[in-house]
Amino acid sequence: MKTQPIDQFAADESLETRKAVYEGSKIGHEKRTKVLFDHYGDPDRLRELAGDIKQHVVENLDTLLPAAEARLVANGAKVHWASTAESACEAVYQILKARGATKLVKAKTMISEEIELDAYLRERGIDSLETDLGEFIVQLDHDHPSHIVKPIIHKNRSQIATLFEKNGLGSYDDDPGVITQRARVHLRHKYLEADAGLTGANFLVAESGRLVVVTNEGNARFCLAATRCHIALVGIEKILPTDHDLALFLNLLARSATAQHLTVYNEFMTGPRGEGQPDGPDEMHVVFVDNGRTDVLASNCREILRCIRCGACLNVCPVYRQAGGHAYRSVYPGPVGAVLSPLLLGKRFPEKADLPKASSLCGACNEVCPVNIPIPDLLLKLRDKAHTEHVPSPGTPHMGAWALMSSQPLAWKAALAGGKLLNHLSTKLIPVPALRAWESQHDLPEWRGGEFRKWLKMRRK
Amino acid sequence: MASPGRTAVTGKRVQLMATCLCDAFYDGVARATVEVLEYLGCEVVFPEGQTCCGQPAFNAGDWPSSRKVVRHTAGVFAGDVPIVIPSGSCAAMMFHGAVLEFEKESDLPVVQAVARRTWELGDFIVNGMGITSWPGRFNARVALHRSCHTRGTASSDAVAQLVGSIAGVTLVEFGEGEQCCGFGGTFSVGFPNISAAMGELKLDHVRAAGPDVLLSGDMGCLMHLNGLAARDTDPVRSMHFAEFLRDALAKA
Repeated sequence: MKTQPIDQFAADESLETRKAVYEGSKIGHEKRTKVLFDHYGDPDRLRELAGDIKQHVVENLDTLLPAAEARLVANGAKVHWASTAESACEAVYQILKARGATKLVKAKTMISEEIELDAYLRERGIDSLETDLGEFIVQLDHDHPSHIVKPIIHKNRSQIATLFEKNGLGSYDDDPGVITQRARVHLRHKYLEADAGLTGANFLVAESGRLVVVTNEGNARFCLAATRCHIALVGIEKILPTDHDLALFLNLLARSATAQHLTVYNEFMTGPRGEGQPDGPDEMHVVFVDNGRTDVLASNCREILRCIRCGACLNVCPVYRQAGGHAYRSVYPGPVGAVLSPLLLGKRFPEKADLPKASSLCGACNEVCPVNIPIPDLLLKLRDKAHTEHVPSPGTPHMGAWALMSSQPLAWKAALAGGKLLNHLSTKLIPVPALRAWESQHDLPEWRGGEFRKWLKMRRK
Repeated sequence: MASPGRTAVTGKRVQLMATCLCDAFYDGVARATVEVLEYLGCEVVFPEGQTCCGQPAFNAGDWPSSRKVVRHTAGVFAGDVPIVIPSGSCAAMMFHGAVLEFEKESDLPVVQAVARRTWELGDFIVNGMGITSWPGRFNARVALHRSCHTRGTASSDAVAQLVGSIAGVTLVEFGEGEQCCGFGGTFSVGFPNISAAMGELKLDHVRAAGPDVLLSGDMGCLMHLNGLAARDTDPVRSMHFAEFLRDALAKA
């Protein structure tokens, strides 16, 4: 029986991976809830406020982006605009090439995954090294992140210990402390050898040109302290209007993403090293990346651009917990990914039109979203879009006949009576795929069509 | 999803939307709904032409088909009295989903008017009629499954309040109560493996809490959970809360 690709992926997933993803995301969600409600009387009001601010950003990018650019330039940074993934990669490559740089150290940034920067640079002889522990492990294993905050949520420590042993990082030891220490020692030398450091941006403030990057490992700071050139890849939706807004957003981001009061390292960068400043890169480049975002802005799902990539919707999502991030075939998995990933494809939307179907529309994602994105509504709009564009969808029942029956009371009543056959026939004989799918897992209740109407008539006589 | 600014309840006349699941499978729940509303002195009108709220096609992405059904339903439920539904899911379809899919339609105001009159049963009793406790007795440990389509509405708290106020009732919490049971309408047939895994997890949590009965305000959730449990060795007894309220009255 044909089911949706994500359902099939989940069914084929190893128990080990399922367990790792389920437990990791469940704990993440529970800690988040506790810390938010312990600290704030009404977190929902904060989520709504943050949502309003980001919606304002999304609707005013035409003025906020030039304002941010002007501040960045005034601060001494160089600004680059990239409309596609390839032009973003090329912009990074040209910056490195101009400096004769061949070794890049990277802090964790999902947008570099989105534009597939590593492969682009490798083909051009540039060695780009992930320094976030999770991303480092992903890179070592030629794997892909399966979560936007916890890239290796799908791996357990014994798999990692085996990977380290295979790669000459010490004999098998699955103690998390030992694993971390080994990665740390290995990476320390790499920072010193690197020519440039690359980060993303959690926020970029329009009024000040302040670039904000948060990490828990301090690796972004190392990337910038040890190298002379800082390149930041920034999605055009990453803007916040004022520095003042950071108070709300840093508090919400840390709690939503990792259940912390504040992420351990918060880097605020307004430009390259100035006169008389002892440390910091001599050059700072900000590459603004569109890569489909203006198409999203033009769509009826533009609220998804509010997203601050905290991963709370992944952690709470029952479908994500069962299927894991790789099921989504996208850099952005889970509920946010089910909206964003197909939209970022533009005209190639049909390739991922099944993602918005991978939801029971339970609404938990909206309930935890720090910027209050109405994700279920957006998933529904994309289902409508897929249907309107005639994208084939295995496992989705056809509704035309049902709609006819449900808008004709006589036909409805006939169906209520006729359905009683279900009680007498073997349902295995009925070639309706939806019924087959139902019966693969459940029993069907007894058909009692029309009984209520009969009862109502009897007692009102 | 929050319910919209609603028309205040003034009279005692209501229209009952029984839901397609009760029309086809769960007549007992529709009967209990009538009995509960009549106990409260309501005059229950059942518009004969009613079929379905339109949600199956809405969720499947076939909005033109869904709008066809919603138009029919809006016509059947014309008038100015509250529409009461023993389902959080169908109610949310009428006050939220239908409005969303009619955003660009010229008859949006008709759908909005229906939305403002739509009430989930528990919400109607507590917040519409102002009834905050329930008479009678029911000696049972009760687990309440808060169905997802009542998120952000007053429904689940209303049901917990009513059921919790009945003499003899002990409400028991169970693990991951905020998680979906995995039904999701067409989701359960498009994603049968994930849907069933979610349902089994829910059943495990409920069983671990050891209630005498599992209550919900949505027969969709219970059809799914009962359908799964029927193949397990350890079935879970479940009821719609309307049946529970009605049965409690027998000992009033």
